[in-house]
Amino acid sequence: MHAPDTMIDALADVSAEGIDLRRELADTRIAEVLDQLDNELVGLAPVKTRIRQIAALLLVDRVRRRMGLTSETPTLHMSFTGNPGTGKTTVALRMAEILHKLGYIRRGHLISVTRDDLVGQYIGHTAPKTKEVLKKAMGGVLFVDEAYYLHRPENERDYGQEAIEILLNVMENQRDDLVVIFAGYAERMDRFFRSNPGFRSRIAHHIDFPDYTDEQLMAIAEKMLAAQSYRFDAAGAAAFRDYIAARRKQPHFANARSIRNALDRMRLRQANRHFEHPGLVSLDDLMTIDAADVRASRVFEIDEEQADKKG
Amino acid sequence: MRLTQGCFSFLPDLDDEQIRTQVQYCIDKGWAVNIEFTDDAHPRNIFWEMWGLPMFDIRDAAAVMLELEACRKVHADTYIRVSGFDSSLGWESVRISFLVNRPKKEPGFRLIRTEGAGRAVRYTVQTEAAAAE
Repeated sequence: MHAPDTMIDALADVSAEGIDLRRELADTRIAEVLDQLDNELVGLAPVKTRIRQIAALLLVDRVRRRMGLTSETPTLHMSFTGNPGTGKTTVALRMAEILHKLGYIRRGHLISVTRDDLVGQYIGHTAPKTKEVLKKAMGGVLFVDEAYYLHRPENERDYGQEAIEILLNVMENQRDDLVVIFAGYAERMDRFFRSNPGFRSRIAHHIDFPDYTDEQLMAIAEKMLAAQSYRFDAAGAAAFRDYIAARRKQPHFANARSIRNALDRMRLRQANRHFEHPGLVSLDDLMTIDAADVRASRVFEIDEEQADKKG
Repeated sequence: MRLTQGCFSFLPDLDDEQIRTQVQYCIDKGWAVNIEFTDDAHPRNIFWEMWGLPMFDIRDAAAVMLELEACRKVHADTYIRVSGFDSSLGWESVRISFLVNRPKKEPGFRLIRTEGAGRAVRYTVQTEAAAAE
């Protein structure tokens, strides 16, 4: 995590006699957003480094422009690749905030769309639909989730191509007005970019989101619980560690999203446990999720079955 | 004859940057921005044709400028106006309206006198464009 800071430091040294980049940084208040990014999101070190680098680049570019050095708006379109639940949408929200604070977009809002919002159902329906979405996103960030669905090579009359062409056109001609971020699974995005070479050349920043480790998922779980005034007791925490290990082996594992869903179910069990027990409930009871709430999960059964089969 | 209608009509025509600023003002106030066009700019003609739908949920004037550009391409030789509709309770009406495009040659109006009963004369103002039809 030290690399990005030294980078900003280095830049500050270069122009020591001219402009104080630190003051510039303080003026734009992006440091707050970057810190927030650090505190809110567990792990994702490469992503954070990359975002700090982009922020440093844009900051320097802003200063350069003010000194009359460059006039070209840098290409800011990005692609976020990674497995589900690795924080792409959250980072995109922060990105919009950073770009807004640096003055590269005028409003700083984020419009999140998928194929359904862009592609129409009959001839002549796609263009107005896509334009409508683009108009809403003007001055902010357009976040196209699972962008590869736009391109369907198996159907040559698919209207997705039309949406792609309009997107490409706007990405090129109205770089001042909006920033487009594409997101999706790494390999499918790769295939998507390969079949639409226009995108690759128009996207400046490709950011890869790594999967979380078990430790990081545990930290995320604790953060989520704390936000809702819950906590694990010691046995519960140990059980949840086992849960993460078991869940990871099963299909449709979606990182932080799976964790959130698991926690929701555990809160449900905890509520039922207290409800079925006669007697009084203490404040502590209401806050604590214990091992029984975790162990009741079906994930453990499936895990055992699989272990039996192997053994 | 130079048409003077709506806001800013006695000022020189707004350039695109000024239009953008005005539109952004409307958006910031929460008004829905509309683009309308007509060749019959009679002051009593309140029904101009709409270019697309009213733009309700946009955040930036760039979107309106995009549509205006498209409208100008198709209807270069007509009057085009931008209006801001305030939908909040109690107002529910157009709060601002200004011309953003006018034909190269503005035909103006003609006065028609009709003899009535006795020596009464009734006057009608007709736009030349309507008369040509």
